[in-house]
Amino acid sequence: MTHSKPLVFLLLLGVFGLAAFPFAGSEFYTELAVRLMILGIFAMSLDLLIGYTGLVSFGHAAFFGLAGYVLAIITPESAPVSIWFALLACLAASALAALAIGWICVRTSGVYFIMITLAFAQMLYYFFNENTALGSSDGIFIYHKPTVNIGSFQLLDLDNAHTFYYFTLASLVLVYLLLSTFLKAPFGRVIRGIKANEARTMALGFNTRRYKLVSFIISGTLAGFAGFLEATFSGFVSPAHLGWHESGLILMTVILGGIGTLYGPVLGAFAMGLMEDSFQDMTDHWLLLMGVFVIAVVLFLPNGIAGLGARGAKLLSGVFRPSGGGTNPPAAKNKIPGEEP
Amino acid sequence: MRKRVYFFTVRAGLRLPAFRDKRSLAPALLPGPLCSLSSGYFLLPMDFTTFLIQVLNGVQYGFMLFLVASGLTLIFGIMGIINLAHGAFYMIGAYLVYWLMGITDNLFVSITAAIAIMLVIGLAIERFAISFLYHRDHLHQVLLTYGLILIFNEMQKILWGSDFYSVRVPEILSGSVRLTETLVYPHYRLFISFMCMLVAAGMYFVIGRTKLGMIIRAGASNREMTRALGINIGWNFALVFSLGAALAGFAGMIGAPVSSVYPGMGNQILIISFVVIVIGGIGSVKGAFVGAMLIGLADTFGQVLFPEFAAMIVYLLMAFVLMWRPQGLFGKPA
Repeated sequence: MTHSKPLVFLLLLGVFGLAAFPFAGSEFYTELAVRLMILGIFAMSLDLLIGYTGLVSFGHAAFFGLAGYVLAIITPESAPVSIWFALLACLAASALAALAIGWICVRTSGVYFIMITLAFAQMLYYFFNENTALGSSDGIFIYHKPTVNIGSFQLLDLDNAHTFYYFTLASLVLVYLLLSTFLKAPFGRVIRGIKANEARTMALGFNTRRYKLVSFIISGTLAGFAGFLEATFSGFVSPAHLGWHESGLILMTVILGGIGTLYGPVLGAFAMGLMEDSFQDMTDHWLLLMGVFVIAVVLFLPNGIAGLGARGAKLLSGVFRPSGGGTNPPAAKNKIPGEEP
Repeated sequence: MRKRVYFFTVRAGLRLPAFRDKRSLAPALLPGPLCSLSSGYFLLPMDFTTFLIQVLNGVQYGFMLFLVASGLTLIFGIMGIINLAHGAFYMIGAYLVYWLMGITDNLFVSITAAIAIMLVIGLAIERFAISFLYHRDHLHQVLLTYGLILIFNEMQKILWGSDFYSVRVPEILSGSVRLTETLVYPHYRLFISFMCMLVAAGMYFVIGRTKLGMIIRAGASNREMTRALGINIGWNFALVFSLGAALAGFAGMIGAPVSSVYPGMGNQILIISFVVIVIGGIGSVKGAFVGAMLIGLADTFGQVLFPEFAAMIVYLLMAFVLMWRPQGLFGKPA
């Protein structure tokens, strides 16, 4: 995961754009942006599995929803909890769940992996759906956002909309940096090796199953982090948060953005959110348009939005470079966002 | 009952060398009484007739699942396509029968007409959407068929709204078999099992004994070689896909009088069908049959014996099977 200069520039531009947004956008769109940033974190966590490890999980919402439920369980009705304790509990729960589920799942591959992750997510879904103590299918409310205190000094007030916005933005940037650090490390090379050719990676002496499991746990924990943010933000968690629709939606987001790029899924989250928003304004049957849109993306945009950028840049580089001239391959000099060296 | 379970547990424990030591025998002894108590507690209220009814229900549910799952597993085994929209076909079948019943008022005519419509729908989807994906990644197939689900579900809402509908059981089959003084078993449920059995036997015959079946099997085991022998594999795929769609639709149609017709009925059966084919081994019709029966019985008995955990039981079963055999019961090892 090396970053070319134009890409770093564009990413910084994006972050500054988001940072400036609350001053320009209406309250509704600021809230939407928070939601989409959370979705972006969730999508990035899944991209680590799909785009870098080559494991297609169709049950990733399980960790997302589980963290939300943990927050709901540990938050009493009368008083808020400390964020340090809440975060620790949520992340530990999703990491443990990922360890248990992943331990079985990484033994399978391909379609079986897709199906077994789906099955485990459904198992959790039914567990919460049928649990009357946790509100069964109606879900459960979280009455207080966690407090961010050091000692008795209040560091952040998450009830403030702007504070929460920047808290989410900082989380997004942190998760991005964390994941790209992981991917730059030897660990990242090994999991990419597993995606390219697992047998050869194994032949090089790596315990590929263990690497896949670690990748699954990291991914699940970060999905849990996104779930924690979502539950904190909306103050509500229901079984739908871990249902297969949610898993399908996030899978869709990652592919729409472009797998294996990290920033692509965030773009995908924003594209999905805006699309959903405008479709909902157009008609009650917006899911129909969504379906058509999904199919169009698969048929005409197989590499996602990030891939579209790469294709556009390639076309441009063809225009600027006289044909037949030049000894270096065109792509080598014009580093394009979305293209891995 | 109680004594026997106790006895077997002890015997099994003694056979394992690790349990020879008296102290380590204790954990092995513990489940004995627990098992016997719990099974006694759960099975006692169930007399033989109730048990028989549950078995019949489980087998009938298993047959229905088999109709859906066999199409799914054939489409995957032969075409290499993961079809998430398969549950939508089940739903479309049910709604078509509901709609046609309003026109013809005859279940058998409605089902015949609906099957013809399903074949056309399946063919159209294969030609205009699925056929572009044969060389693509599974990821894209999952996504495209996910898009199809969204479209079908929304179309259903536009055409029929989000109400529950019921379909009348035809006069001839509205009676029931008297099992005891108080317990009866409806004819129509027996009819479902019988029809599904016929379809399963028909499938077994077509796939195993006819030339068409030979081509289908050849296409499943080696696509390139089959094509080299001069067989138009494209039409073969289209045929398999529309037959699979019709099978799923048929399950929805024939089940409509029992299960009623409602939005989202396709999603539920889709997920269960995936569990079935994963347990049986993806691509194996025999596996789909065994898996469907296992799930049908496990789910039916689960709902009677452990109502709180019923929905989780099938997934637990799947997890255990995959831990033991990652490629499913009848799947080829990867």
